[in-house]
Amino acid sequence: MSAFSAIGEETEKDQNEFTPGLEPQPTWCPGCGDFGVLKALKGAAAELGLSPDEMMVATGIGCSGKLNSYFNSYGFHTIHGRSLPIARAAKLANPGLTVVAAGGDGDGYGIGGNHFMHTARENHDITYIVFNNEIFGLTKGQTSPTSPMGHKSKTQPHGSAKTPLRPLSLSLNAGASYVARTAAVNPNQAKDIIVEAIQHDGFSHVDFLTQCPTWNKDARQYVPYIDINDSDDYEFDKTSRSEASEMMFETENALHEGTVLTGRYYVDEDRPSYQQEKQRIGEMPEEPLAERYFDDSYEWERSYDKFLDKHK
Amino acid sequence: MTDHELIWRIAGGSGDGIASTSQNFAKALMRAGLHVFTHRHYPSRIRGGHTYTEVRVSADPVKSRGDGYNFLLSLGDSFARNPSEGAYYGNEEIKPLSENLDELVEGGVIVYDSGLLDTDEIENFDERVEENDWHVYDINLRSIAREHGREVMRNTAGVAVTCAIADIEPDVIKSLMSDAMPEKILEPNLEVFDDAYQQVKEDFDVDAPDISAPTGEHDEEQVLLSGSDAIAYGAIDEGCRFISGYPMTPWTEVFVIMSQNLPELGGISEQVEDEIAAAALAMGASHAGVKAMSGSSGGGFSLMSEPLGLAEITETPIVLVEAMRAGPSTGMPTKPEQSDMEHVLYTSQGDSHRVVFAPATAAEAYDQTRKAFKIAYEYQIPAIVLYDQKLGGELSNVPASVFDEEPNPDLGSVLTEAELADAPHDDSGKYQRFQHDTENGVSPRSLPGQKGGRYLATGNEHMPAGHISEDPDNRVAQMNRRMQKVESIRAELDEDGDFNTVYGPEDADYGLITFGSQQGTVEEAADVLNENGHSVKVLGVSELMPFPKTQVSEFLDSVDEALVVEMTASAQFRGLAQKELGGYGDKMSSLLKYNGNPFEPHDIVEGFETALLEGEELPDNRTKFVPKVGE
Repeated sequence: MSAFSAIGEETEKDQNEFTPGLEPQPTWCPGCGDFGVLKALKGAAAELGLSPDEMMVATGIGCSGKLNSYFNSYGFHTIHGRSLPIARAAKLANPGLTVVAAGGDGDGYGIGGNHFMHTARENHDITYIVFNNEIFGLTKGQTSPTSPMGHKSKTQPHGSAKTPLRPLSLSLNAGASYVARTAAVNPNQAKDIIVEAIQHDGFSHVDFLTQCPTWNKDARQYVPYIDINDSDDYEFDKTSRSEASEMMFETENALHEGTVLTGRYYVDEDRPSYQQEKQRIGEMPEEPLAERYFDDSYEWERSYDKFLDKHK
Repeated sequence: MTDHELIWRIAGGSGDGIASTSQNFAKALMRAGLHVFTHRHYPSRIRGGHTYTEVRVSADPVKSRGDGYNFLLSLGDSFARNPSEGAYYGNEEIKPLSENLDELVEGGVIVYDSGLLDTDEIENFDERVEENDWHVYDINLRSIAREHGREVMRNTAGVAVTCAIADIEPDVIKSLMSDAMPEKILEPNLEVFDDAYQQVKEDFDVDAPDISAPTGEHDEEQVLLSGSDAIAYGAIDEGCRFISGYPMTPWTEVFVIMSQNLPELGGISEQVEDEIAAAALAMGASHAGVKAMSGSSGGGFSLMSEPLGLAEITETPIVLVEAMRAGPSTGMPTKPEQSDMEHVLYTSQGDSHRVVFAPATAAEAYDQTRKAFKIAYEYQIPAIVLYDQKLGGELSNVPASVFDEEPNPDLGSVLTEAELADAPHDDSGKYQRFQHDTENGVSPRSLPGQKGGRYLATGNEHMPAGHISEDPDNRVAQMNRRMQKVESIRAELDEDGDFNTVYGPEDADYGLITFGSQQGTVEEAADVLNENGHSVKVLGVSELMPFPKTQVSEFLDSVDEALVVEMTASAQFRGLAQKELGGYGDKMSSLLKYNGNPFEPHDIVEGFETALLEGEELPDNRTKFVPKVGE
């Protein structure tokens, strides 16, 4: 019998499975966009028929980091910016797990930017949701990597002199094979995108626009948005890197200047995931490594039998 | 060094094959039944620059590089001669000879490649030779090599000359060459060997060798390996199948050995973007149910202090290795020091609880790496193997039987799904992963994917099921439980009692205390001191946290005074002992060395006799004496 019987288990499609019975009330502020992420993730997990025991949600630090306190699965609330390296190793160790990582724009694009870039480059089969509210929330309202130029805060009293980071373009260029943007103000699209992202075999990056009613009232994320995949005005081929790139450029400008656009920007179903590449070159076992520790019939090799001859 | 030893130094330029040649030489003599020990000295660059390796060969077991050396094979730095006469490195061509003369003992042998080196360019060479009664053999190794093959084969010619002069049976070397070299280059190398050997026999009077290699016999089969090899094999035998890292000297050696071997064992190696990621990946793999390790050296380990603290509070098992080199910051990348000790013991925020081992020898490095995994997974705590560039890179012969241990893939305190079904859960259905009251502080864990075991691992203080909480009572209960684990580990290690060893006469008046890689050298120094009429014994400490309080205090109580020997500039280890034992500052003096070279036995003998006994200043600045508190 498998040591991880929860993996692959069929469950009822009930998102209450992912709502803990006894739980501290979320500490997010009333009206916070983070509630939208939680709801979308619960809805997606239920729709996919996942068992809470086969999911692992890794988060960083900040308001976003509390996601897995309110989501009933295995969770790893890590440290600032470090959810991705922990998530991707857990997936390599046990590919049967459904691994979701989450963080804020400061957490994921700032302090964790290096991990973001490299996880996308390697195309690990995990889903990364970034709560993008263009502000540091939990530390009380400082300018973040996605805050618009000129943004004033306590730490940028004269207004930010930096152009905002372009997360979609960044992950596309780094190598992510699924790149989408959604918003807390559109729960249905958000849920659908997370379902697709989890199903996608490779690194799925979801830039999730979450309003911060407490510290970032100026952000444009409350305004109606357009789903680019439903609009004839924005027709493009999302399997084409160049067309996706062009659309992202437009979108990333539009966020601060014009209409808020969301949807799927880039989907590459052909690129093998990192795990598949590693298996192809013979650097990763076909069977989940973690299972081996429970397999009594497995013969563990030791250095005495295998390596010592060359030292004799 | 004793009269019956060969300490052979091969000197040349980095990239000239000094390391591989000396390794083969050492292995050949080990096969011939001798005990060997190597010492590497190399600069932080790829090609050129002065480098040497010493191979100490004795019929008796050897514990250190010894004092001085008696056979110099000076190859010349070929790279220094290229690309043009006026090049920057052009001035260094004579170095392999001139740089090495100071430590050559009286009556020693010099062999130099007259095709590359000219003794006329070395100041007072002839006078020094006469003064020291050195025996000089000039032979054109370069042209012999060119004649039969390629210039790089001059190393083989040099080894052949060594055999001819030191009376080593040529077949000992030639059979190893057959094993180590591919067919294509073996033939010309054998020709080079024979030609060089014959030329010496014909051109020089070596029937009565000035220096001869000893002969010996082993009781059991030996293997030649480094501390880095031993650490990697310990990890493999303990079931480690995941390593993540970022290259940094000298930790890279362990990382490379693991990366080369893990795929064929069905394991995974990941070279990642930085050391924060490296340690975090090892944690992620361990969290998901795999035995995992990572590691680094000083600067890289600084980055790991952040995930290290997370491993402590989330109680995620992880083994890290830290290969020390001289600091601060980038310091001297290829030179040994022990000054990362405090960094490793105390880095990361909050009251830390981790386990730190400091092996003294390759055999101990193997055993302690295995022990580090056992402790880490049983007690769900980070365990660190702290060693240095010296132990990592030096080769010594170890009985093969040391490695004849059963594999141990046991994950320690992990529950099965059947056990989880009976384990306590909270009202939300979450497993009480971090229960307050447990016998030894350990609260067994579940793995993601196991049915009924879900919980939240968090770097925030948390309730038993993982929910974040700042409740004062829970905080105290969780802190106490995590600290309790350290006490349980201390009890387990004390009971083992294998690693902290006393050497020398039990009733000695004086003690020498050291830790890690310096232990063998200190023991050799103690032998000399006892021969010189002093009464000295040694305590080699190989566990730093939890600190072996009982063993160290008993040792200190049993002697009148102790000299603490360590490769730091600020007496870190002595400070640790004083802190942990709450005293003894008036009983311990320090002998420190931090010039980039490890202690040699004579450093310690001189330090003991001059500074500790006679109260006089040390004759040079190689080492530093720091008197006990109050003096």
